[in-house]
Amino acid sequence: MILLTRKAEFSASHYYWNEAWSAEENARAFGKCANRNGHGHNYTLEVTVAGEVDPVTGFVVDLKQLKDVMEKEVVAAYDHRHLNLEVPEFKAANPTTENIAVAIWRRLEGKIPGARLHRVRVYEMPDLFADYFGG
Amino acid sequence: MRAYLGRRYRLSASHRLFCASLSEAENQKVYGKCANPYGHGHNYTVEVMVGGEIDGATGMVCDLTELDGLVEREVMEPFDHQNLNTLEGFRAAVPTTENLLLEIRRRLERALPRRLTLAVRVEETSNNFFEYWDEDSEMR
Repeated sequence: MILLTRKAEFSASHYYWNEAWSAEENARAFGKCANRNGHGHNYTLEVTVAGEVDPVTGFVVDLKQLKDVMEKEVVAAYDHRHLNLEVPEFKAANPTTENIAVAIWRRLEGKIPGARLHRVRVYEMPDLFADYFGG
Repeated sequence: MRAYLGRRYRLSASHRLFCASLSEAENQKVYGKCANPYGHGHNYTVEVMVGGEIDGATGMVCDLTELDGLVEREVMEPFDHQNLNTLEGFRAAVPTTENLLLEIRRRLERALPRRLTLAVRVEETSNNFFEYWDEDSEMR
């Protein structure tokens, strides 16, 4: 079995806030990420699929198709957007790196022809990332 | 839902790979230029991954400030800008990056909350990195 990874980038803004908590509780839990004016990141997305090499094409997956799926399902929805205000899955869940990885998995699962989704990794910054394996 | 949060930290340290029970010639043969008498240094990258359930209220596997504080205390303070050969943890072990990895892992594992699983990777240079693989664990 081969693991194949494709990267994409998107730039988005967000903040962390729990409506059920007071302003003090939010500040304590989220620090400066609780600023309701938001802040932004250049995110890097790595989508890893698993599969066998097709004996005819030599591909695990058609990279152009994978790129198009990532563009259509993720980048078009997230790039240059405010995650809290413009992306439906973050109306009720904080757009943390972990929750973004889960959300992207859900957007992609079943939509990549010929290969199984293995891992979604989201880098919020070069030194901070989250992995989701579908569990 | 179970997710894994990864964080990278940078530390700079020097070491010399030398085993006192071997002769000079044997050390040169085993360690090559890593046995040079005055030591040498690296900018290490320590990648820490913690696994756990995503908290429904915060959206986080763990509090990043707490994780940073823990790594600062258990890893950065003892090892950053140090000569590894002079440290207590390496009195009886050669400060190879394998042994550094095991020592970092040991320190973090005892300090992390039990609900979190741990994987550690240490890059010695851009061409060498070391990971601990526990076959019983879900993580490397």
